[in-house]
Amino acid sequence: MFHDADALLLARFQFGFTVSFHFIFPSFSIGLASYLAVLEALWLKTGKTLYLDLFKYWLKIFAVVFAMGVVSGIVMSYQFGSNWAVFSDRAGPVIGPLMAYEVLTAFFLEAGFLGVMLFGMQKVGKRLHFFATLMVAVGTFISAFWILSVNSWMQTPTGYAVNPEGQFVPAGSWAEIIFNPSFPYRLVHTVIAAYLTTALAVGAVGAWHLLKNSRQEHARKMFSMAMWMAALVAPVQIFVGDLHGLNTLEHQPAKVMAMEGHYESHPEGAPLILFGIPNDAEQRMEHAVKIPRLSSLILKHDLDAPLSGLDTVAPGNRPPVKVVFWTFRVMVALGFLMLLLGVCSLVARASWGLYDWRWLHRFALVMGPSGFIAVIAGWMTTEVGRQPFTIYGVMRTADSVSPLAAPAVATSLIAFVVVYFAVFGMGTWYLLRLMSKAPQPHEPDLPNAPAHAAGITPAPALAGGRAKEAPHG
Amino acid sequence: MADSTLLTNIWAGILALAVFMYVVMDGFDLGIGILFPAFGVGRERDTAMNSIAPVWDGNETWLVLGGGGLMAAFPLAYSIVMSALYAPLIAMLLALVFRGVAFEFRWRDPAHRAIWDFAFTGGSFVAAFMQGIMLGALLQGITVEGRAYGGGWWDWLTPFSLLTGVSVVAGYSLLGACWLNWKTDGETQKHARRLMRVLAPVTLVAIVAVSLATLTLGDQYIQRWFAMPAVLVTAQVPLIIAILTWRFVRSLRRDYELAPFVLTLAVFGLSFVGLGISMYPYLIPNSITLQMAAAPESSQAFMLVGAAVLVPLILAYTAWSYWVFRGKVAHEGYH
Repeated sequence: MFHDADALLLARFQFGFTVSFHFIFPSFSIGLASYLAVLEALWLKTGKTLYLDLFKYWLKIFAVVFAMGVVSGIVMSYQFGSNWAVFSDRAGPVIGPLMAYEVLTAFFLEAGFLGVMLFGMQKVGKRLHFFATLMVAVGTFISAFWILSVNSWMQTPTGYAVNPEGQFVPAGSWAEIIFNPSFPYRLVHTVIAAYLTTALAVGAVGAWHLLKNSRQEHARKMFSMAMWMAALVAPVQIFVGDLHGLNTLEHQPAKVMAMEGHYESHPEGAPLILFGIPNDAEQRMEHAVKIPRLSSLILKHDLDAPLSGLDTVAPGNRPPVKVVFWTFRVMVALGFLMLLLGVCSLVARASWGLYDWRWLHRFALVMGPSGFIAVIAGWMTTEVGRQPFTIYGVMRTADSVSPLAAPAVATSLIAFVVVYFAVFGMGTWYLLRLMSKAPQPHEPDLPNAPAHAAGITPAPALAGGRAKEAPHG
Repeated sequence: MADSTLLTNIWAGILALAVFMYVVMDGFDLGIGILFPAFGVGRERDTAMNSIAPVWDGNETWLVLGGGGLMAAFPLAYSIVMSALYAPLIAMLLALVFRGVAFEFRWRDPAHRAIWDFAFTGGSFVAAFMQGIMLGALLQGITVEGRAYGGGWWDWLTPFSLLTGVSVVAGYSLLGACWLNWKTDGETQKHARRLMRVLAPVTLVAIVAVSLATLTLGDQYIQRWFAMPAVLVTAQVPLIIAILTWRFVRSLRRDYELAPFVLTLAVFGLSFVGLGISMYPYLIPNSITLQMAAAPESSQAFMLVGAAVLVPLILAYTAWSYWVFRGKVAHEGYH
């Protein structure tokens, strides 16, 4: 009954499902928090209410995204123990402290200042409110720092020893654990991805409103800001992604083999397989469309460099190629489309057509969800590419799972699927509804701000109709 | 070795603080969720929810610290307890999803506000009930085999765990009502006061029932409670409870606003100390001690550096955030 294959597979589905859903929200809120900080800074600097309107507009969206991120994140902090008990017991001494630091340095910071950021403008004044916004933005980044350190350690474990109980324990310096070899690349690549994802979402909302009314001042501003971001950051992201790939080649070659679809070794120059149907059972690529030697050029910067294939990896240690191969292609293709959008926007800007070229707005609109898809695809590439290990090379996924019974996991998996689709489906619908309304001059505040009776709070820094007299007291 | 024992005890203390902070802080906002249907649609409910809108997220972060901290400082206990309590744990997490999003969603969709109000109440109730069940399941003991959970999938479900589940629901509700008595005025406050009059005796009965039932679970609890030096505390408990109850009744009569909340917190604190006496030095009764489950010294020491600086800082800015939103919540919480 224990450790049966069904329970393992179901546990993996459950973790993959809940983490994929969760990851969507932080990748939006990391970027959005910074965007809000920029908007508020611009408002404070220029005094233009346009920026304040945009701030209030995106703040409402941020509040919904953040709430969904929080509740789906709490699930993650307990799933390690419920479904991956053996992993938690053995890896806890190393990754546990990093996660505890995430809570202490990031989650509390975000949560502590979120209330003021959402509802406190009239209570604390402009500058302190800006400070709260900054703290939330910094918190989202610190959170990414720690959790990606944990993830990277599972990909490229360093600085550990194994004690008699089989636990991974720190050996030497914590810096070696935190700054493990893949961490800097993964951190930069992921944080840029969050910014780019947000820029594309903001750009799509701007484009939508420009399509309806190209004179709309707020839509123009957000579209312009987003397109700058796409034009400047998309090429950087492709460059960083390449570096991340080279780092993976060094530390997790089997993952790169799966990404490239290289079942066989190529002693004199490996081709770049553009498309093909991976066949894991027979370990070969069917219907491959390939460009000779290009893979060697990309990965080794040499047309004739030999590249090993999965045939050099023990059969029990090979990752499943299909998922890794396809998700990687989806991510890369979207990355280049983002670059194309950025370039188009530069051309439009240079020809004074940024606000008038309807095809550009349509393009940006279609690209709105592309960041989220790319983030999830890239995440799947790196996580599935780590298989069949949880801690790469040293602890197998099959040895990590809780003593679970398949029916228990099946029930909880169904519950998660139903609840997540229902709740987060509704949440997405609400987000789209908020986005479908154009930002207005004198954009209204959040509707659920806790107003207080007059006379109790300090003199409001901003004139607002909020602090009305309470009928009693 | 002495150092590592000290370190382990310090971490047990920090985690106990995290759990206690969670229980009292999310306790009152879960309580408000549970009591939601008792309040009138419109003003009363909006005021009740707005009184916790800026702080609920911070309150729930203590739960994440409890989970993350347990994994970091006592990974063995974390892995065994979470798999033993699989069903109630997952139910609690899903319930928290519903109630968490309800804070935002009910304002976004006035046409379906009734649905999200129900999600808010249902989620709050189930989360509180499951937390109580988990407490009971832990107290009654968990089967451990080697380094893993060795029991069945329904071991957690007993009359005792149902009793603790109901008790936690009652206690959270009382906290929620006391919070509203402090933070609101007018009709909402009157309503909260009526609820307090019912919930206070219910909570008191629940605490007594759980205390007595715990003693029937096994000799170890009787010994721990009636041996020196614990008995010095035990002997005072009825007296302290009596004093607190008297003060509570008096504060209700005199329409005090903050006092009932503080007194209820004191009762929670007392119950929590009692729980500590029941458990220590075990993390899982009769099988896993703090020492057995402890992460290596280097892990605990590394975290302690951060916790020593950050926990006071967190308490400071959390207090500031409560300070910013001090005072009564007015009815005009929204336009």
